[in-house]
Amino acid sequence: MATVGLHDSELGELQRRLIILRVGLLLVVALLGLQLWNLQIREGPYYRDLSENNRTRSVIMEPARGLIYDRNGVLLANNVPSFTLYVSLEDVKDPNLLIDQLSSLLGLDAALVRKKLTARGSKQLPRKVKDRLTLREATLVESHRLDLPGVMVQVESQRNYPGGMTAAHLLGYVGEVSPEQLEKPDFADLHQGSVVGQYGVEKFFDRLMRGQAGQKSIEVDAVGHEKRTVVVEQPHAGDDLYLTIDVRLQKVAENLLGEELGAIVALDPRTGDVLAMASRPGFDPNILSRELTPKQWAEIVQDEGRPLNNRASQGQYPPGSVFKVMMAAAALETKTVTPSTSIFCNGGYQFGRRLYRDWKAGGHGWVDLRHALVQSCDVYFYTVGQRMGIETMASFAHQFGLGEETEIELPSERVGIVPSEAWKQKAKNQAWLPGETISASIGQGYVSVTPLQMASLIGTVANDGVMFRPRLVKAVMNRATGELQQRSAVPKRTLKLRPGILPVIKEALAGVVKEGTGTRAQSALVTIAGKTGTAQITALRTGPEKDIPKKFRDHAWFVAFAPVEAPTIAVAVLGEHLGHGGSASAPLAKELIETYVKLNLHTPSAVKDGAIARVRDAGGQGTR
Amino acid sequence: MIDRVFISRGFDNFDFRFIGLIFAILGIGVLSIYSVTHDQGVAFPFYAKQVVWILLGTVAFLVMWLSDYHRIARLAYPAYAIILILLAVVLLEGKSSRGAQRWIPMGSFAFQPSEFAKLVLILTLAHYYSQAPRVGWFQRVVLPGLLVLPGLLLILKQPDLGSGLSFLAIYAAMLLMVGMRSKAVGVILLFSLMLFPFAWEIMWGSLHDYQQQRIMTFVDPVYDTGGKGYHALQSRIAIGAGELTGKGLYGGTQSQLKFLPEGHTDFIFSVFAEEWGFLGVLVLLLLFVGLIWLSLEVVARARDQLGALLAVGILCMLCFCVVINIGMTAGMFPIVGIPLPLMSYGGSATIMTMASLGLLLNVKRRRLSFF
Repeated sequence: MATVGLHDSELGELQRRLIILRVGLLLVVALLGLQLWNLQIREGPYYRDLSENNRTRSVIMEPARGLIYDRNGVLLANNVPSFTLYVSLEDVKDPNLLIDQLSSLLGLDAALVRKKLTARGSKQLPRKVKDRLTLREATLVESHRLDLPGVMVQVESQRNYPGGMTAAHLLGYVGEVSPEQLEKPDFADLHQGSVVGQYGVEKFFDRLMRGQAGQKSIEVDAVGHEKRTVVVEQPHAGDDLYLTIDVRLQKVAENLLGEELGAIVALDPRTGDVLAMASRPGFDPNILSRELTPKQWAEIVQDEGRPLNNRASQGQYPPGSVFKVMMAAAALETKTVTPSTSIFCNGGYQFGRRLYRDWKAGGHGWVDLRHALVQSCDVYFYTVGQRMGIETMASFAHQFGLGEETEIELPSERVGIVPSEAWKQKAKNQAWLPGETISASIGQGYVSVTPLQMASLIGTVANDGVMFRPRLVKAVMNRATGELQQRSAVPKRTLKLRPGILPVIKEALAGVVKEGTGTRAQSALVTIAGKTGTAQITALRTGPEKDIPKKFRDHAWFVAFAPVEAPTIAVAVLGEHLGHGGSASAPLAKELIETYVKLNLHTPSAVKDGAIARVRDAGGQGTR
Repeated sequence: MIDRVFISRGFDNFDFRFIGLIFAILGIGVLSIYSVTHDQGVAFPFYAKQVVWILLGTVAFLVMWLSDYHRIARLAYPAYAIILILLAVVLLEGKSSRGAQRWIPMGSFAFQPSEFAKLVLILTLAHYYSQAPRVGWFQRVVLPGLLVLPGLLLILKQPDLGSGLSFLAIYAAMLLMVGMRSKAVGVILLFSLMLFPFAWEIMWGSLHDYQQQRIMTFVDPVYDTGGKGYHALQSRIAIGAGELTGKGLYGGTQSQLKFLPEGHTDFIFSVFAEEWGFLGVLVLLLLFVGLIWLSLEVVARARDQLGALLAVGILCMLCFCVVINIGMTAGMFPIVGIPLPLMSYGGSATIMTMASLGLLLNVKRRRLSFF
C-alpha cells in the first residue's frame, strides 16, 4: 500500500528506537520493584506495626470492685451499671469542635471537658469525660455518634451504697484516682479515670477491693467505629469485705445522735470487733462517689459541721471525768492510794494561789476510791494526780492506749494528746507548770482523746486488761481463690496491773450506773457499768447551762460496758456541746446496749457465720 | 521467515498470550475490588459493576481489534472534535466530585470523557504523523503541540491533573518515537529549562489547593498524618504492611477498615499489595511487564507507520499509567489521580483501556492481512 512505502525509512527508524523504550521500561520496573522491596521487605515490619496501630484501640475494662457486707451479710456497698462517656484522642480530628459539641449536647462545662482531654497520660487510652450519664444523655450521644468521632459510651459499674448515709464514715467513698496519686507506686497499675477508694474502708482496703483492670483491644475503622473485639484480657474482680459492724446497731447508733454532733463507738471487748461506729453529721457516699462540681465540693468542705470528719476516730476531745477510770487504775497500781484510802473533799482543791473547784459545790466530804468514781469526785483525783505526777499519769495513759493509734483500719486516725513535760517542751516550747498536772488528773487541760480510744479503753477494762486492736473487717472473700478468709482478732497488749485492781474499778463503774452520776444508763434488761464525763471546753462557767451559747457548752461523754458480769459490748458516746455526760450521753449508751442485747437474743453467733455463707452462695455477682 | 510464526487466521499463540495477560490482570483487579467492597451491602456492588464494565470493555476490545485500524484512524479528527466538545460540556454541566468536575451523568452512571480523550489523542497524533511526511520542527513539534493544547487545557481546567499528565506523556512519547534530531531535542530542553520558572509559576498558580497540598505533602507525608499527607502515608502503610506474603484476601486492614480511601479506584494497587505481599506484587509486575513486552513486539513488527505510532502511543500511555500509579501508591511520586489500567474500578477507564488494547492487537492483525 502506498502509505506503507512512503515512510518506510521512518518506520524502520521508529522500530530501531524501540530499544529506548525497552531499556527505559526495564529500568523503571526495576526501580518500582526496588521501592516495593524497600517498603514490603526492608521496612515491612515497621509498616505492619503502623497498620496494627491504625486499626486497634485499647479499651480498658474496669474491674468490678469488691463488695462490702456487714457481719451478718447485709450488703453495704455494691456496683450498679451506669453509662460512662469516653473520648479516644487518637480519633479526634478537631478537639475544639468536639468540646463545643459535647458541651452543647450534654450541657457539660467546656473548661472541664478540655481539662480532661488535655490531662497528661497515654494518648492511646481513652479519656473518661463524664460518668453516670442518664439514659437520655447516653441515647443522645449514641444518636450523634457519626458527628462525634472518637466518642464512646461504655457501660460501667458505678459504686452504690444502698444504705445511703448509713455508716458513711466507715465505708467511705470512691473517686477517680488523682494525678498526685497516680505518681505513687501504690497506684502504678492504674490509669487516669480509674476509680479508687478515697475515704474510709474503701480507701484503707483499696488494694484488696480494687481488683485488676482488663483490656479489650477493639478493631476500629478509619472513623473510629468499633468493628470487632480482637483480644480480651479479662478484668479480675476485687475481693469482698465482711465488716464487723452490725448494720442494725449502726443505724440505731446514728439515730440516737440524730441531728446532734458527736460520735458513738461500740466494740466487742473480747475481740476488738467494731460493732458500730457512728459520726454525726454524716454524708451520702453515693453523692461523693460521683463527680462533684467544684461548687458542690466547696459546700461539703466548708460545712461548719465538717461532715467529712469521722468524729469517732478523728475527733479529739478532752476526756473529762472518763479519764478517772485510767487514773484510778494508775493510783492503785502505783499504790498512791488503796481502795480504802479516803480523801476529804470540801468542794475545792487549793494549789498555790489557785483554787481548783469540784463540780459539786460544797464537796463530797470523805471519799474513797469507789465513791470518787461513783460520784466522780474531782478533788479526790486532783489529790491523786498531784501525788503521782504528770509523768506517771502519762505512762499509764499510754498503756491504756491514749496518745497513740488504736491501729483501726481506717485512714488518717488521730491520736489525741497525752501531755507530759517532754510533750509540752516539744509542742509548745514551754516548761510544764505544776498546776497543769491538776487539770490533767480529771482529763482537762491539754489532754485529748478520740471516742474510739475511749471505747477501746473501757473495753480493755471490761476485758480484764486485755486490749484488742479494733477490728473492722471480719472476713475477706478472696475472688481469685474463692475462699472466705476469716481475719483473726489481734490482741494488742495486756495492761500491767496487779490482779485485783480491775475488779475494784469494774465494781465501782457498775456503781456509777447503779447509784452514781450515770443512773440514767440503768437498764431493766442488762447490767451496765459506765463512767460519765463532762468535758469543759471553756473555763467560763457563769450561770445555768441553758443560758450558755451552744458552741461553748460542754461535751457530754459516757463510756460503758455490759453485761457487767461478762461484758460483750463496750460503748463510748460523745455528744458535742450536749452538756452533762450523765444526762445527755448515758441514755444513748443504754439504748444502744439494750438494742445489742435484744439483737443477740435473736441472732446467736453461729447463725451469723452461716449468713455469710448464704450470701456467698446466692452469688453476690448479680449485683456487683 | 520469521513472519511465518505470525501467519495464521483467528487466534494464534501470540493473541492467546496477549489476551490471557489482559484477563489475568482484570481478574486480579476484580478480586481486589471484591475484597475491599464485598461488605458494601448494596444490591449492585462495585465488583459486580466492574464485571459489567469488563463485559462492555470486551465488546469494545473486539470491535477495535477486528475493524481496519486505517478506517478507525480516518475518524480521528472528527472524534477529537467531539471529545473537545464533550470536555467543554463537562466543564459546563458535568457532575463534580471532590472538587473536580470530570463526569457527564448518564442515568445512574457517569461518563468520563477525559479517559476517552487519551485514546482519541493517540489516534489523532498517529493519523497526523502518518498522513504525510512531517519535516521540519514546526511540522513535527509545534503543529501537533497545537493539536494537543485545547484538549490539555480543557482537562486541566476540570481539574484532572492525572489525565493532563497522561496527555503530555502521550504527546512526548510519540514525538520521541517519531524522532527528532538531537539538535532539536537539545534546543527544546534548553528552552524548557529557561521557561521552567515561568511555566512553574503559571502551572502552580493554576493548581487547586488540594493539588498543591498533594504535591507539597509528597515531600514529607509523615508530617501531618491526619491531614494532607494522609493518602500517601496510609497507602505506604498498606503496601509495607503486606510484607513478603501479604495479609491474605480480606486481611488488608488498611483498606477493609477504610484507613486507605479510594481503595477500589486509584489505590487498588495498595489493596493488592497489602493482601498479597511482595510475592503477589512481583507476579502482578511480571504480568504488566509481559503485556507491555508483547505490545513492544507489536510495534517492532508493525508494517506501517500508522500502526507503529498507534501501538507506541497506546503502549506508552499504558506504561505511563502503570508506572505513575504504582509509583504514587508506593510514595515515589506525588498523588495524582491516575487509575491503574485494567485494575482500578471505573467504567470509562476500563472500557477505554480495553478498546486501546484491542486497537493495539489490531495493528498486528492488520499486518498479517497483507499476506
